[in-house]
Amino acid sequence: MSSFTYQFDTPSYKGTSTVSTGLFINGKFVEPVEKGTIEVVNPVNGKVITSVAAGTAADIDIAARAARKAYKERWGLKVPGVQRGRMLNKLADLLEANADEFAALEALDVGKAFRVARNGDMSGSIAALRYYAGWADKIQGKTIETNAKKLAYTRHEPVGVVGAIVPWNFPLTMLSFKIGPALAAGNAVIVKPSELTPLTALRLCPLFVEAGFPDGVINVVNGYGSTAGQALSEHMAVDKITFTGSTLTGRKIMETASKTNLKKVTLELGGKSPSVIFDDVDLEQTVKWVSHGIFMNHGQACTAGSRIFVQAGIYDRFLKAFTEHASSLKVGDPFARDTYQGPQISQTQFERIMGYIKSGKEEGATVHIGGERHGNEGYFIQPTIFTECKPNMKIVQEEIFGPVAAIIKFATEEEAIEQANNTVYGLACSVFTRDIDRAIRVAHSIEAGTAWINCHNSSELSVPFGGFKQSGIGRELGEYALEHYTNLKAVHVNIGHRL
Amino acid sequence: MASLSTRIVIRATNRELDIPTGLFINNEFVPSADSPNDLIHLVNPATEETICTVAAGSVKDIDIAVAAARKAFNTTWGKNVTGFERSKLLNKLADLIERDQDILAEVESLNNGKPFKIARDFDIGDTIQCLRYYAGWADKITGQTIEVDNKTKLAFTRHDPIGVCGQIIPWNYPINMWAWKVGPALACGCTIVMKPSELTPLTALMLSKLIAEAGFPPGVVNTIPSLGSVGGAALSAHMDVDKVAFTGSTVTGRKVMEAAAKSNLKKVSLELGGKSPQLVFESADLEQAANWACLGVLYNTGQDCTAGSRLYVQDTIYDKFVSLLVSKAKELVIGDGFDEKSGGGPLVSKTQFDKVWRYIESGRAQGAKVVLGGQKRPGKGFFVDPTIFTDINANMDIVSAKAIFGPVLAVGRFKTEEEGISLANDTSYGLGAGLHSNDANQCMRVSSALEAGTVWVNQYNLLNNNVPFGGKKQSGIVGRELGSYALDEYTSVKAIHWNFGEKLDWPL
Repeated sequence: MSSFTYQFDTPSYKGTSTVSTGLFINGKFVEPVEKGTIEVVNPVNGKVITSVAAGTAADIDIAARAARKAYKERWGLKVPGVQRGRMLNKLADLLEANADEFAALEALDVGKAFRVARNGDMSGSIAALRYYAGWADKIQGKTIETNAKKLAYTRHEPVGVVGAIVPWNFPLTMLSFKIGPALAAGNAVIVKPSELTPLTALRLCPLFVEAGFPDGVINVVNGYGSTAGQALSEHMAVDKITFTGSTLTGRKIMETASKTNLKKVTLELGGKSPSVIFDDVDLEQTVKWVSHGIFMNHGQACTAGSRIFVQAGIYDRFLKAFTEHASSLKVGDPFARDTYQGPQISQTQFERIMGYIKSGKEEGATVHIGGERHGNEGYFIQPTIFTECKPNMKIVQEEIFGPVAAIIKFATEEEAIEQANNTVYGLACSVFTRDIDRAIRVAHSIEAGTAWINCHNSSELSVPFGGFKQSGIGRELGEYALEHYTNLKAVHVNIGHRL
Repeated sequence: MASLSTRIVIRATNRELDIPTGLFINNEFVPSADSPNDLIHLVNPATEETICTVAAGSVKDIDIAVAAARKAFNTTWGKNVTGFERSKLLNKLADLIERDQDILAEVESLNNGKPFKIARDFDIGDTIQCLRYYAGWADKITGQTIEVDNKTKLAFTRHDPIGVCGQIIPWNYPINMWAWKVGPALACGCTIVMKPSELTPLTALMLSKLIAEAGFPPGVVNTIPSLGSVGGAALSAHMDVDKVAFTGSTVTGRKVMEAAAKSNLKKVSLELGGKSPQLVFESADLEQAANWACLGVLYNTGQDCTAGSRLYVQDTIYDKFVSLLVSKAKELVIGDGFDEKSGGGPLVSKTQFDKVWRYIESGRAQGAKVVLGGQKRPGKGFFVDPTIFTDINANMDIVSAKAIFGPVLAVGRFKTEEEGISLANDTSYGLGAGLHSNDANQCMRVSSALEAGTVWVNQYNLLNNNVPFGGKKQSGIVGRELGSYALDEYTSVKAIHWNFGEKLDWPL
């Protein structure tokens, strides 16, 4: 079985990592049925790091059958929650023991700063696995009083086989957010990592075995969305898909599910999240949060606060301070100690973002800072701020997924709410003000699944997350996620009601 | 002057170890503040030899411990620590107990008398799982947001940790009862002053060492071995203890509740005695029912609050079942905890031994028939062999009075289901009950009718950490342990009404 070894010798991390590049099905690495491969590119310089096996429909079929067999014979409710929890905790422990190596792989693959990969992505992944380990033996239904001749109760049974399609912006974290609740609830899982970022998912596979998960309970099949992802969505033996990615692909998945076995679908899609800044804010803190809101992960976050509404009274001061802060963000090598922002993930994304920047200019917005490529190697883009934005501009309506902020001036609270809601999306929003009554009113008025008050991109594992409108269906994180990985059965026991 | 540790030797396993013998306050072992010469003498119930002595805490020591717990609650614990962090520490504690399970099991067996293997595999095995279970709850304590008026108010609840908790635990399952109390209290963010039983404080002191090793901040858990009438009473009456949790006799439970009422109305949860009945119906699998009946009254040598000490057998199967029962009960070997053959150990103390024998004598005197046991064993050790009485009636002490807390079973008979239920419920207790039947409708009817906090259907005695446990009637109506329900005992609900839109006209 082929594998890939990388030698890290950087200021942030020195070490070796070896990753199997096959498909992980039924507890071992195998070759794909059709001998295809996918190149893994280093976004720092556009060069190929390695290639991994490309799974297709044939492999998804093998994985689905293995997962179903495992679910029926050695997983599901045959394994008590206490044991499922132990395995998840063990997996978390193993990940923690190797966290630096995983962070380095993630930084290499995605292009995000090592420090961020280690303290954000890895810590979040470990914590998510532990959090859901704790739920595994606490999946409770209800007994419900009806009448003396009946015992009625609910059971929260596992759904069965879950297909998890994971994005490239937080590869390991998103994988953990999905397998955590899925496994805790007793499901078997097939993970399809993003074809752009398969490395940490592959590196995790031997840890599944070491943690004691029975063969077939977790499988990892790399491949393109249009082949492997599509095959998962179609498969008649897959009971549920959980997808994080673009709204466009989300629609395809839901459509495919409806045309095949009506499998359950949860979607976590795009956003064009508004940050609304009133003129009574603590300016220094607001600038930092708003910057974190749009520039975190190089703007490659579904919750990016990409529309920034600033009240007239503070507009000039905010713009000045925000510009100063954004200009101080260091763009560069992910493994340099002081790097804030690395490259965008791929040539395609780079071109897309540059295309939006071009359209912004063409539609009459002003590039206040940035707007150009950074350097001449790889996919780096300068942190960019547009002003003079109008509601119908592409850069205001469409998700850019890059380090591009659109700033819009507003006068009244009503106007801000109306403009904030003027979008098909509804993933998140943030409100900045010292007036607590206003903060709550506005947070309650904006149509979004997460409302941040005086912060942005500040998530918690125990608090649910998901979108209104076209930003998605269902919720991840917190107890709420479990609902999407369980099937509710109501049991009615007749005790003496005779016809 | 009591020293702070002592060396003990466990001959059976060739182990020598140092055991802490001081009071555990702020993560350190210290002598008593005002009565350094007061000691508690610990006896090996299998041999009647002295094991060692430990410090006996005074009222002043309780006061110091409570102050330490309060300080920790206000600074390093309570709302100052995240659920995530509490979860980590509880999991670490479970790992350490797992690491030390053999040593802990040996000392538990030495001090309490129960067989070593049972101490390790059941008492400690369940303990580790219990702590891990509550570790999982620590970061999942949620309140509600409640729709009131969307234009003007945000209403929500917060489940605050209740504060400083006094925990008084019994001698029958020293380590396991410690975990049942410590797990949910720490998960919710409370701090603890633990008063282990004066008969069996050794493992509580060893576990205190692990609390420090796991990394809990000083003052979060404090351990004061002392007499119930001293330490237990002091905790129950203390003006700065927010809650007292007690497991033990109903007599003492009353005193705890009274002291709470007379002091600061602290929250009280009680897990008290029982006189738990089992019913065997004619459709039951008799072999299995006999096995469960034996487990019910003989496990832990009958020293179990849910001991199924009354058994009622349906007329039609009475003779067959009783002879089956007697032959199975005979198979249990009561002996030294370190003897491989022992399925049960001695009773924990002379006092208990004398009490159980008084009941056995009363059974005879009041006319019940001894079909098994009833013979005192010669020699050292508080050993009582399985004893079964038949031909009972409701006026006998062995049937109607308090829990015997020994391997003594009273067996009666019934004709109809209604009669069986009536006999079973004829007690001021209501902790556990069992029924054995293969008629599904009967199982539902009878389990519904039995007045007990835990009803076992075609089983007895076996609990799970995620299923709540507690009593009805005088077995302790206040509170439940285990499951998510235990969290209610250690949280205090605050409702917040946040007005963001209503202006008040004044005067009204």
